[in-house]
Amino acid sequence: MLRLEAVSKTYRVGTFGGRELVAVKEVSLEVRPGQVLSLIGESGSGKSTIGRMILRLTRVSGGRITFDGVDIAGFKGKQLRAYYRGVQGVFQDPFSSYNPIFKADRALELVRETYFPRLGGSRWRDKVEASLAAVRLDPGQVLGRYPHQLSGGQLQRLLVARALLLDIRLLVADEIISMLDASTRIDVLNLLGDLKARGLGILFITHDLSLGNYLSDQAVILRQGVVVEEGPTERVFGQPRHPYTRTLLASVPRLDRKWQRNGHPVRESAGEGG
Amino acid sequence: MVLAFLVLAVVGPLINGHGPNEYVGPPAQRPSAAWWFGTTMFGQDVFAQFVHGLRSTFLVGLLGGALAAVIGMVIGFTAGYRGGAVDEGLNMVTNVVLVIPTLAVLLIIATYLKVRGVVPEAIFIGLFSWPWVARAIRAQTFSLASRDFVDLARLSGAGGARIVVTEIAPNMSSYLFMTFILLFGGSVLTAATLDFIGLGPTDGMSLGLMMNNAVLWSALPLGMWWWFVPPGLGITMIVGALYIMNVGLDEVFNPKLREL
Amino acid sequence: MSLKVDNLKVWYRTLRGDVRALDGVTFGVADGELVGLVGESGCGKSTLGKSLIRLDGRMRHVDGTVELDGKELPIGDDAAMNRFRFKEVSIIPQYAMSAMNPTRRIGKLAAELLESRGVRPAGVREELLRRLELVGLAPEVLDRYPIELSGGMRQRMVMVLSTLLNPSLLIADEVTSALDVSTQKAVAETLVDFRDRDYVKSTIFITHDLSLVYQIADSVVVMYAGRLAEKAPTDALVASPRHPYTRMLLAALPEVGVRYGARRLAGIPGSPPSLLDPPKGCRFRDRCPLAFDRCATQPPLTEVAPDHHVACWKAS
Repeated sequence: MLRLEAVSKTYRVGTFGGRELVAVKEVSLEVRPGQVLSLIGESGSGKSTIGRMILRLTRVSGGRITFDGVDIAGFKGKQLRAYYRGVQGVFQDPFSSYNPIFKADRALELVRETYFPRLGGSRWRDKVEASLAAVRLDPGQVLGRYPHQLSGGQLQRLLVARALLLDIRLLVADEIISMLDASTRIDVLNLLGDLKARGLGILFITHDLSLGNYLSDQAVILRQGVVVEEGPTERVFGQPRHPYTRTLLASVPRLDRKWQRNGHPVRESAGEGG
Repeated sequence: MVLAFLVLAVVGPLINGHGPNEYVGPPAQRPSAAWWFGTTMFGQDVFAQFVHGLRSTFLVGLLGGALAAVIGMVIGFTAGYRGGAVDEGLNMVTNVVLVIPTLAVLLIIATYLKVRGVVPEAIFIGLFSWPWVARAIRAQTFSLASRDFVDLARLSGAGGARIVVTEIAPNMSSYLFMTFILLFGGSVLTAATLDFIGLGPTDGMSLGLMMNNAVLWSALPLGMWWWFVPPGLGITMIVGALYIMNVGLDEVFNPKLREL
Repeated sequence: MSLKVDNLKVWYRTLRGDVRALDGVTFGVADGELVGLVGESGCGKSTLGKSLIRLDGRMRHVDGTVELDGKELPIGDDAAMNRFRFKEVSIIPQYAMSAMNPTRRIGKLAAELLESRGVRPAGVREELLRRLELVGLAPEVLDRYPIELSGGMRQRMVMVLSTLLNPSLLIADEVTSALDVSTQKAVAETLVDFRDRDYVKSTIFITHDLSLVYQIADSVVVMYAGRLAEKAPTDALVASPRHPYTRMLLAALPEVGVRYGARRLAGIPGSPPSLLDPPKGCRFRDRCPLAFDRCATQPPLTEVAPDHHVACWKAS
């Protein structure tokens, strides 16, 4: 469905644009319908840049991105709008994704203005309520409120609801839960899981490996703009081949395993050594 | 206070009866019941001149301010939102206009035009006072354009112009309003200055022109304070009131300040 | 050193009334202990950390005492606390790595900080360099501007500066939140190193990440809505959590190894109560699956096992 072929992105930096910064270097990947692909990398890995290129918010410097076989770089006007009917994104900071001087549901209104201009009032309301139900939000609690009156979790789910209004086939989720509390994270993740079961393809961009493992079918590990490992999630996490992947996995704090240093655990429990 | 002057400007000439330049009374009279602001050297009614002058002052302020605001906003928003080559080009234009010596240009224009009206004066002022507006708006737009909600608007299929109008400008509404107030005030001052040195409109009356005449005809040495004090005070008070309004409005538009 | 916090209440003054951010917190920290203070946003953990060293203008010390080594800390008095700051109690505030003045070189920053505390920079320079090496920073770092360093490096720099005068108590407020996984590990291990090398006696590590706390903390304090929910040695807390909130929190963690298809994790429905007008009784009542009528009164913190305290009627 979505395919990246040797996609690269270089920025010109320095005074007078003398130097080049390669943010993404020849990355290829594919997301199929009903499939979740985790794009995992630390800061500076280029993962957000890839997300932005897929969403046509940033231009591609090299290679191409195709959706259903068509190169998205040439889309303009009507074609671009049609593309956004199939592909949408949700970003990391729920509070900055809303224009603070307007109410939160204006984000939904914007969609209506472009895509459903002739839809009547009550039919639009029904559509909105169906979307909100799919993300398990109570319309009475979120409609008509300002962003600062809602919680981060509610705002993120509202953004997913907005994307669902369009019958999208691919959702680009860029670190959407990193700013949420632990108890809300799971709710949003489970929501994504439900959507996947309904056939939605998801590109799940994250730096947190445990999240990547929970939800995805395929995993791509990115380091400084280059793919270092990819494959089915269970294989990548279970038998990592690349040393970087191994280091990443070893650095993740887990409740069933203690970090080790020079042979003994970093934290000595009472009654153990020390 | 601004409103009071505005009312006076609109209403005054209507209640007055005679035009500002007519010779109606005995010359060089002090203010009295018959002539509220006294008369000029030639027997013209100073009050009549004052209220007519107020009219043209407001007109200049409005027209000049509006023109400068429109130009500044269009250039500022476009440069800030588009960035890149468009930004560079518009920056160049801004810089050029900034360094043009307005006085020199005005003198040249004045030589060519036989009769000058208030409207051309306003247009002239408007054409040259927008650079700082463009710069300021460009800076704000830069920072707003990189916010997530602008990206979200793009993802909703909105085009550039629509995003600027519906997302970015409203976020700056207080700033834009205050910009206009400052431009209005600046226009009034510039017009007064131009009039004072004789480059103002040749027909009609304005506060600056009154002061010009007062100086030309030696009002100060002769002690005819009523000829130049009202216009001077009028200009000062209008512009002063506008600036104070500016500060007060900040509290209205910025809810965070209210919380304190 | 020993820290004893007794029924501490710190409220925030706002236009709409008092936000009861900390509403009666009691616990202790032993000598050499690294305590993990866990909770979600709004639970009061940052407020607790800040109130041990400095109450900012909006905070009000309403009740309770804090004792450091047997002496009462004058936390309500800003000027009196000045004696203790940096030397006995030190803090690495949240967002510290963004708080360094971008126009100053780091060495100059450090010198100014020390001078403001009445310490001659030249006297501690050697120690500073030694500690920089310990955390893996080259001495040249002192000649750089903050913006030239990565997030992790800046964080370690701030940690070195905050602990330079060997405080008895270090409060680390969300020092790992904005970091990558590998840097997070390095920074967390540095905290343990500082304690092991006696640069600090005890540490309070404030975070929302339970798994991280498991790796480095000796004991854990779980906070909810301004009150203590549970306090226990780390292994005991993770192996047998007694408070329903702790249990649900642990159950909501997607560990590497758990897959959505295999086992669906559950979040905690609802959201924490507003602290402007908090409900009477146990604050977790509305979201607790075990709630019953006794929960209308706040359960006291009781010891259910050696060193294991819980505030829940069902647990005790």
